[in-house]
Amino acid sequence: MTVDSMTDNQGLRLDRVHICLGDRVLVTLDAKVRRGETLTVMGPSGSGKSTLLAYLGGFLDPAFTASGRISVDGVELNRLEAEKRHAGILFQDPLLFPHLSVGDNIAIAIPEDVKGRKQRRLVAEAALADAGLAEFGDRDPDTLSGGQKARVALQRVLVSRPRLLLLDEPFSKLDANLRDQTRQLVFDRARRAGLPVVLVTHDEEDARAAGGQVHKVGQP
Amino acid sequence: MTGGVRLARLAPPLTLAILLGPLAFGLTGTALPALGYLPELGGESFTTAHFTALGEVPGITRSAVLSILIGLMTTLVALGAVAAFVASDLGSSGFVRMRRMISPLLSVPHAAAAFGLAFLIAPSGMLMRLVSPWLTGLDRPPDLLIVNDPWALSMMAGLIVKEIPFLFLVTLAALPQTRHVETMRLGRSLGYGRIASFTILLWPPLYRQIRLAVFAVVAYATSVVDVALILGPHLPATLPVRLIDWMNDPDLETRFLASAGAVLQLGVTLTALIAWIGLERIGAYMVGRARNCGHRMQRDRVVRAAARLVMIASAAIVFGGIALLALWSVSGLWQFPDALPANFSLRSWMQALPRMSGPLFTTLAVAGLSTLIALVLTILCLEREYETGRGRGGGALLLIYLPLIVPQISFMFGLQVLSIWLGVDASFSALVLAHLVFVLPYVFLSLSDPWRAHDRRHDLIAAGLGMSRARTLMRIRLPMLTRAILTAAAVGFSVSVGQYLPTVLIGAGRLTTVTTEAVALAAGGNRRVIGVYAFMQTLLPFLAFSIATGLPGLLFRKRRGLQV
Repeated sequence: MTVDSMTDNQGLRLDRVHICLGDRVLVTLDAKVRRGETLTVMGPSGSGKSTLLAYLGGFLDPAFTASGRISVDGVELNRLEAEKRHAGILFQDPLLFPHLSVGDNIAIAIPEDVKGRKQRRLVAEAALADAGLAEFGDRDPDTLSGGQKARVALQRVLVSRPRLLLLDEPFSKLDANLRDQTRQLVFDRARRAGLPVVLVTHDEEDARAAGGQVHKVGQP
Repeated sequence: MTGGVRLARLAPPLTLAILLGPLAFGLTGTALPALGYLPELGGESFTTAHFTALGEVPGITRSAVLSILIGLMTTLVALGAVAAFVASDLGSSGFVRMRRMISPLLSVPHAAAAFGLAFLIAPSGMLMRLVSPWLTGLDRPPDLLIVNDPWALSMMAGLIVKEIPFLFLVTLAALPQTRHVETMRLGRSLGYGRIASFTILLWPPLYRQIRLAVFAVVAYATSVVDVALILGPHLPATLPVRLIDWMNDPDLETRFLASAGAVLQLGVTLTALIAWIGLERIGAYMVGRARNCGHRMQRDRVVRAAARLVMIASAAIVFGGIALLALWSVSGLWQFPDALPANFSLRSWMQALPRMSGPLFTTLAVAGLSTLIALVLTILCLEREYETGRGRGGGALLLIYLPLIVPQISFMFGLQVLSIWLGVDASFSALVLAHLVFVLPYVFLSLSDPWRAHDRRHDLIAAGLGMSRARTLMRIRLPMLTRAILTAAAVGFSVSVGQYLPTVLIGAGRLTTVTTEAVALAAGGNRRVIGVYAFMQTLLPFLAFSIATGLPGLLFRKRRGLQV
């Protein structure tokens, strides 16, 4: 962790974030998530916790009204379009692109400034090796096991050099034993990359493993 | 009865026979005269002389090349606009509005849309009237060749505005089978613009699903007759139009030439399809290259605006065209630069209606009967598929699409020859059968998705209650699928109403429909009469769709679970 030496505007800041659906208030949140730390948002399904991620990522459905400032390392995200926010997301499903090889699934996430096919290939191969999948570059993603897919999805988002990481119940569909491993891996990598993380879940275990602040929404 | 619905066993072979029988006999009936064999006309031995003669017809190469280019350009522009629009606005409220606006356009017959476009863009058309004389200074129509231009631009425009709704709805139907919401979010969170996210991540799996429909558009545009008669070039005309001319030539010897031409048409459509597959390859290569470089293409505003513009323009052209048809049909005196008629009159309708009643009756009877047969066969096929769990593979889909991909003219020619030979030409039943070849695929495609999506547990519960399969079908499944069945019926009905070529060839001029009468008026250029016929042609499918959407709400007004 390299957090302590950072100045005050490092990490993710949420200033009076307020999301409503009609008259119903779904989320009110004020938080500061430092690099490598995780903010866990918990609540039952339909409580609007995924709406918060949509707001942070820039995908909020126009049916919702939302206000509040989002900034990462001092950069305000609110006015940026989704594609300019660099907010990495992991969904419940790994969502590997079925028409691309495993290697291309990762290569597609490499930022534009890495130029040249060869260079981009090397980055993708390194990312695969880092996930223990060095020989898997040419494979059809459909032939991978659940755990392998989850690891590819994680490497894909990391290689895109995001400003922050949004986790939308990414462990809920894994079986118990794999869930622990994947959880450790995700938090470990996020810490290593110094990313502020926002996790939404309804699983207490996730919150415990994340080990950061916990915010509950939709509670009576 | 516990072994399933007995009749359903017969349905799949019967359906295949109806789809492929005319295709096989028709192609044979075209190929034999093309090779010189037609004993009735004295052709007793095989020869390639008719192909040689075909090659010597002036302008034949230009006609053939023009048809290929029309097929490719129409498909490219329509598909490009649809893809770019879906890419830029998927998930927005504008998307929902566009969907509502575009969907009804599917039911507008090609000929009516083409007439509407002609009324808009002709030198004396609405657009010119709106800017005259204050902007152009014209008080008489300019001497310009806009409609029937030699490069077929107006014809392509007429096809594009009609293929856009078709491709849009086909794409919408395929979307739920992809994880489009998450995929687009993922792409954008990786920094890709909307167009890039869609093209690189969503389009490849999506295109695979709509590919046959796209092929059908290529094939249709290369071989269309009615739109070409209304908007297409004259000297030389596109290949299919020249074939029809030869076919109608009083000199029966010309039949041999026409048949050779119909074989050439098969080659033309095939060439266009192969060229299209080439374009697919080039497209895939370019997408792959862009992907390898990781270009984010965030600045896609211009493309997005252009896609929206094309979509809105295509809807506006069709709607505006239909409004113009209606206006002309009730107009009295309407001189050139006036934007509106000086007075209105029902005279055109009063004069046309008595003459229209025969064709109108034929239209309704053929459309009603072919739709009914198609529905029964489709339902039984789907029931058989449910019982056996077989028949939903890609091969079955290709067979259903085959009559839509093989050019109509190439096998309808042969069928006409065959029907004369059998003595059933211009008979009502032969006409119904000819329509059925095209109605059946659309009814099947329209009904199969909702049918397969139906929750099987309802059938299991019914079986548990001791109901036979037939009873379950009649009492549970069909009522629950009323909406889908009526929609499929409306689709089938409008396909039949819009059929031009099969009606002209099999009806042999003795059985006419509103569509054949309307297209026959194209050469005359009397806008009031064209307005009456083309508007009527639009009205019939519109009524069918109104019933399909309105009736279930009425039937099930006390059943909230069955309302939309």
